[in-house]
Amino acid sequence: MDIDLFSEKRKSRSVRLILLFAVLLLVGFVLSLNTGPYSIGPFEVLQTLLGEGSKKQNLVLFELRLPRMVIAVMVGAGLAVSGAILQGISRNGLSDPGILGISSGAGLAVLLFVSLYPATNMAPPFLMPFLALIGATATATIIYMLAYKKGHGISPTRLLLTGIAVGAGLSAISIILTLQLNPRNLEFVVTWQMGSLWGSNWKFVLALLPWMVVLLPYVYRKANVLNLLSMNEQIAASLGVSLQRERLALMAGAVGLAASSVATGGGIGFIGLLGPHIARRLVGPQHQYMLPITALVGSLLVLAGDTLGRSIMPATEVPAGIVISLIGGPYFLYLLIRTKG
Amino acid sequence: MSQSQPITKNASLRTRPWMATVLIVAGICAILFGLGSSIITGVANISFATVWNSIFHYDSSNEHHVIIQTLRMPRALAGALVGAAFAVAGAIMQGVTKNPIADTGLMGINAGAGFVLVLVFAFAPGLPFESIILFSFMGAGLGVGLVYGLAYFSKNGLTPLRLALAGAIVSSILSGISQAISLLFQINYDLAFWSAGGISTAEWFQVSVMMPWIVGGIIVAMILSRSITILSLGEEIAAGLGQKTRLVKGVAAVVVMVLAGASVSTVGGVGFVGLVVPHIVRFLVGVDYRWIIPCSAVMGGVLVVFADIGAKMIAMPYETPLGAIIAVIGVPFFLYLARKERREW
Repeated sequence: MDIDLFSEKRKSRSVRLILLFAVLLLVGFVLSLNTGPYSIGPFEVLQTLLGEGSKKQNLVLFELRLPRMVIAVMVGAGLAVSGAILQGISRNGLSDPGILGISSGAGLAVLLFVSLYPATNMAPPFLMPFLALIGATATATIIYMLAYKKGHGISPTRLLLTGIAVGAGLSAISIILTLQLNPRNLEFVVTWQMGSLWGSNWKFVLALLPWMVVLLPYVYRKANVLNLLSMNEQIAASLGVSLQRERLALMAGAVGLAASSVATGGGIGFIGLLGPHIARRLVGPQHQYMLPITALVGSLLVLAGDTLGRSIMPATEVPAGIVISLIGGPYFLYLLIRTKG
Repeated sequence: MSQSQPITKNASLRTRPWMATVLIVAGICAILFGLGSSIITGVANISFATVWNSIFHYDSSNEHHVIIQTLRMPRALAGALVGAAFAVAGAIMQGVTKNPIADTGLMGINAGAGFVLVLVFAFAPGLPFESIILFSFMGAGLGVGLVYGLAYFSKNGLTPLRLALAGAIVSSILSGISQAISLLFQINYDLAFWSAGGISTAEWFQVSVMMPWIVGGIIVAMILSRSITILSLGEEIAAGLGQKTRLVKGVAAVVVMVLAGASVSTVGGVGFVGLVVPHIVRFLVGVDYRWIIPCSAVMGGVLVVFADIGAKMIAMPYETPLGAIIAVIGVPFFLYLARKERREW
């Protein structure tokens, strides 16, 4: 174990790992391009990408598969980094937008919209992330306020317990709304809640892209603040970090990332937990190195989950969220058993 | 009010048998009143006199008499039974695990029963209810096993926070698989209604199948209640007093399994009854489970019977999901518990 966290060795190791994961993601991307109900060989993929494909190949690749995969990558990165921020500011490795109820808030806003305007297909895709953002922000505010105690501030335990309770309440409201939908919309909502990357066309890519382009670099620039916040409040304060302001700004970033991801990806759980955890194991707690790996791991997980879901039973797609919770759930339980506290 | 701080405080060891007696008597009156109110409320307006006549001068050509006998009475009775079962299951879990937030809904036991029921819906749709209820026990057992197993294998036991997390995760894994299966077999629509929790479809036949299980479970729980009181003081104390703690825990787990399984197979996933009721009861009658268990049974019945009247009335003629109504009561209560957050949390 090297004690110096900023050592050259650690830095070069991190850079190598980042490159490795980028290559893995690229390989995953190519594999995912080939798989699906209509399988296209690698050579044909290349041909189609160069503009030599048949009409059907063009359609499947450019209109169906490619946008969906781009969204998978963005959603994965967004959720994972959101989880990393929440874990950093709550100093609790079990935080994640799903557990904290933020995803349910975003989901409820979208569900409200679907039940009020049944012709959802006609809605502009840019609306969804904004609605989700409103829902997620409202939920985060409520949880923060309920967990806040005068003189004690926010304790991680109370934050998590409050999140679980608010999440349960929101899903009860969702159930009432769900039952009033017609069967077709119900099918849509249930699939969406399971995390199905439903909005998979280029419009949704465009709707999601600005969030990622703005928020991911912003969070990366705050890596040092996250390092301080996740260590110890006293140390952070004595080093001149304005705790409350930075925490709020970062929390806003986490909410934005989670909300926009949930709006297009649906309720994919566990990514915000697994991404940061795996990254921390690989490169340690320095956010400069950890954040890029977190984003890459998150992307890789969602992409793999979606590809698996599409290929296990081609006739009925299994939503990515289910595949991921089947892998992530047991891992989470393992974490619960192994860690103390 | 908490049983998790034994002996140190005198106040926490207090029992009030007179209060418990009052609670039981008042509770039974409330249930009877609730049963009556539940039978007269609904889309068709029915008077008390008609109810009386339908019981003592049944006339099969009278439409109201038929509605009362075949729909309203079994529904009301099922509500009382299920409420009692969930509340007693919660009380047992809180006593045995010494954990104030234990509840069959929060701990993934309802989700376990639901998961096995989805399997039954998908692979053996024609199964009679007598067999379905047995599968439901198995599912509840799966949930109990997972959460208890986690508590057993974790380094220093599960704190309430970790137990809540474990329950949330077990629920989400099991319901994830359930949803995948329902997607494959296209039973989404049926399932959404079932999982929302409701007793609107309960029939005499279902009531007659689940009643012996629930009544039996509650009786065993009452026999066990003295041992649970001792166990709730701490495992070492219990062992020191010569109690076979393993046996007690094992029987308690089986009782929870039967009570939760029987209820879930009838009404679906109704959470929070087992959380809220035992807390209120413990606050009123003290720490002795010989009183807590019967009082919880009665008060659980009261809660669900009245919540079900609400489910009928809120958006007439549509049914509001019972699970949602109970959650509206239960969530603020959970928040209150989270806010109290003592050191051991």
